[in-house]
Amino acid sequence: MTGPAYETVETDVLILGAGGAGLRAAIAAGEAGLRVLIVCKSLLGKAHTVMAEGGVAAALHNVAYQDTWEVHFADTMKGGKMLNDWRMAELHAKESPERVLELERWGAVFDRTWQGRIHQRPFGAHTYPRLAHIGDRTGLELLRTLQDRVVHTRGVDVHMEVTVVKLLKSDGQIAGALAYRRSDGSLILYRCAALLLATGGAGKMYRVTSNSWECTGDGTALAYDAGAQLRDMEMVQFHPTGMVWPAGVRGILVTEGVRGEGGVLRNKDGERFMERYDHERMELSSRDIVARAINSEVSAGRGSPHGGVFLDITHRKPEFIKSKLPSMYEQFLKLAKVDITTQPMEVAPTIHYAMGGVRVDAETGASTVPGLYAAGEVAAGLHGANRLGGNSLSDLLVFGKRGGEGVACRARSNPQAARAKLDEREVDSAITALMAPLERPAAESPYKLQVEIQETMSRYAPIVRDGAGLEAGLEAILEIGARARACGTGGSTTLAFNPGWHTAADLSSMLINAEALLRSALERKESRGAHARSDFPKLDEALAEVNFVAEKTPDGMVVKAEKRPPMPAYLDGVVHQSYARYTPEERE
Amino acid sequence: MAAEISDLDLKIWRGDSRGGEYVSYVVPVREGMVVLDAVLWVQANLASDLAVRWNCKAAKCGSCSAEVDGFPRLMCKTPIADYGAALSVRPMKTFPVVKDLVTDVSWNYEVNKQIPPFTPSEKDMTASEPWRMQQKDVERSMEFRKCIECFLCQDVCHVLRDHDSKRVFYGPRFMIRIAELEMHPRDVLDRTPLLKEKAGVGYCNITKCCTEVCPEHIHITDNAIIPLKERMDDVYFDPVRWALRRLGRGAKHRAGE
Repeated sequence: MTGPAYETVETDVLILGAGGAGLRAAIAAGEAGLRVLIVCKSLLGKAHTVMAEGGVAAALHNVAYQDTWEVHFADTMKGGKMLNDWRMAELHAKESPERVLELERWGAVFDRTWQGRIHQRPFGAHTYPRLAHIGDRTGLELLRTLQDRVVHTRGVDVHMEVTVVKLLKSDGQIAGALAYRRSDGSLILYRCAALLLATGGAGKMYRVTSNSWECTGDGTALAYDAGAQLRDMEMVQFHPTGMVWPAGVRGILVTEGVRGEGGVLRNKDGERFMERYDHERMELSSRDIVARAINSEVSAGRGSPHGGVFLDITHRKPEFIKSKLPSMYEQFLKLAKVDITTQPMEVAPTIHYAMGGVRVDAETGASTVPGLYAAGEVAAGLHGANRLGGNSLSDLLVFGKRGGEGVACRARSNPQAARAKLDEREVDSAITALMAPLERPAAESPYKLQVEIQETMSRYAPIVRDGAGLEAGLEAILEIGARARACGTGGSTTLAFNPGWHTAADLSSMLINAEALLRSALERKESRGAHARSDFPKLDEALAEVNFVAEKTPDGMVVKAEKRPPMPAYLDGVVHQSYARYTPEERE
Repeated sequence: MAAEISDLDLKIWRGDSRGGEYVSYVVPVREGMVVLDAVLWVQANLASDLAVRWNCKAAKCGSCSAEVDGFPRLMCKTPIADYGAALSVRPMKTFPVVKDLVTDVSWNYEVNKQIPPFTPSEKDMTASEPWRMQQKDVERSMEFRKCIECFLCQDVCHVLRDHDSKRVFYGPRFMIRIAELEMHPRDVLDRTPLLKEKAGVGYCNITKCCTEVCPEHIHITDNAIIPLKERMDDVYFDPVRWALRRLGRGAKHRAGE
């Protein structure tokens, strides 16, 4: 043992991340009677789930009586351009109504219909109004409800402001993780019988993003490093509407709920341009289409003064806007001095969500590494090539529960993993790598490298990509990677809450995510969903059943194509059936 | 918009539990910049180890609470243009400093654990049909559930801030948590004894400072604390109710008894 000392903490189930998926999984594993430890980078209740605004998608059929799991399934598959794991999409559509109702029994308070049922609002590419919501702060409600449930679930404990830097294996299966406390830099060696990743996305690798500092793709990177397969990494979602002005707030999310409640998009000539891109669904088309449409308008010189387009909901009554979209009203008034009840908003696409991630088994959330599980945004499969709005919160609930049960089952049947012998040298070298920037504080600044990663990705892997750009981006990312391995802390050697050091530790996660994205995007020689290439502008039918899988090899990262098993006939029928259009009864 | 300034004189309190002082930084100002942007600019360019909590940068997570020119605010929601050429930022005073702008808010999490959770009736828990509730009936709870746990109300509350009475008073944040549960149409637990004893609702003397700093504009005092005080008075200090209780009537399932 050469490095600094560490404390050892033992548990049955270790969960990384305290967003919706992590908390729902912890409840499931705790209810199964196991000791559960949640480790999160921020304080409990601050996870990125609070940023989800519009709602949670579930075929409760409270507003549109025709809605069923079949329609939700078909919408999800079509929205994902058929690249989805059909079994995940099936489970999700079938189970999300029960997960939402369960949340209500745990104290969540949703907006109501006139009959007193949970209200559901229309959203992009959902055939029927399907999103259960609370104004425009649905994510907060979901997270707070789960948080309170976790606090009162026996056997569940939380370690806040702790970052995991390495997963540890014994005999090929997960047996623990190495972490540091943000407050004082002290080290913890977690021992566990099984581990679930619920670490969310990697939006921080882009410059303009709706994601927070902690969305650095840690889970995908940790899993990759432990030998797990990553799937669909080329698929990242640009949310069509982020704030564009003032510069300081660029990228902050403007909920799709604005369009759900009737908001329209216009270019600088006042034209409702979605007519030309999807005249059937207009503003409520799928996110990939709306984001590209806005991008095209701006590129063609028809954008707003600050490089976006106008989103206008002023035709609705001010009281309606303030009650349905209270935080949007507040956000624009405070940050942009724009009153959305009388003035249009300026919006442009912002990086929002990773459809790709750790390849998992649909039923249990098991990855390809024994003892390693994943749920929520960090897991791949449900959303295919494009996620529908509202399907993320339901994803967290459905697969949080399933993953929690899966990881609990594994921990119960395999308790010896928590006491298996670890490779001391592996632990030591992980500690050395973590501490290295503190030994060379004046070396290149991690903040500067982080900006370089963000600028590289924004420039070379934008909404519309091309082969030459992706190649150049990959070269740049590999070069930044080499420098990141020798970076400093920005100048300070303190262990006490040192964000420079923390940023240095996050760089490797961002770089693995960036590399996997670029390599997978190079392989997918077509345009499908969120992945658009100007050199291959058409959809290639043959690639519909192919997923690209990234994996660590002795020679570095390798991406290979893999064929998905075909969808069974009964699901195929569900997708291709036609469903009655929704005609709202005017009740307002 | 206020007159544009090019450079901001930003004073940030630097230090830890042993003490500290304001350090001045010159920050180039961009249009629309908020205090958090300026603090993060300092972190990236001048003081790499400047400790600050933040997450969403959109006033939805309640992480970046601090005192801007002495007033408790979310830094992500405070435009620099409102201040002119100089401003100061210090950590919340009510909680122990960890480092720089980061404070130890763990006491709040301990308090939260002591509040009995949402408790519907057995019948509601096992009902086969989803619940029906009217919008009007859930709106009161909803107001309090907007809380993003920034703890600015706890920071400004003089019972906690000036008298450090954390042992006897839960503070405004947890008054609205209790109110939210008590006013939920399907909750059947009575938390009045908790309010009177451990939560210490009587310590609030309605100065409304908490309401003033709430970034979610929750009417903490008017809509939560005053009704809770009335509820407690009703149960414990109404002479008729007191007499009935002595006779053994009116007893309900009460938390904390």
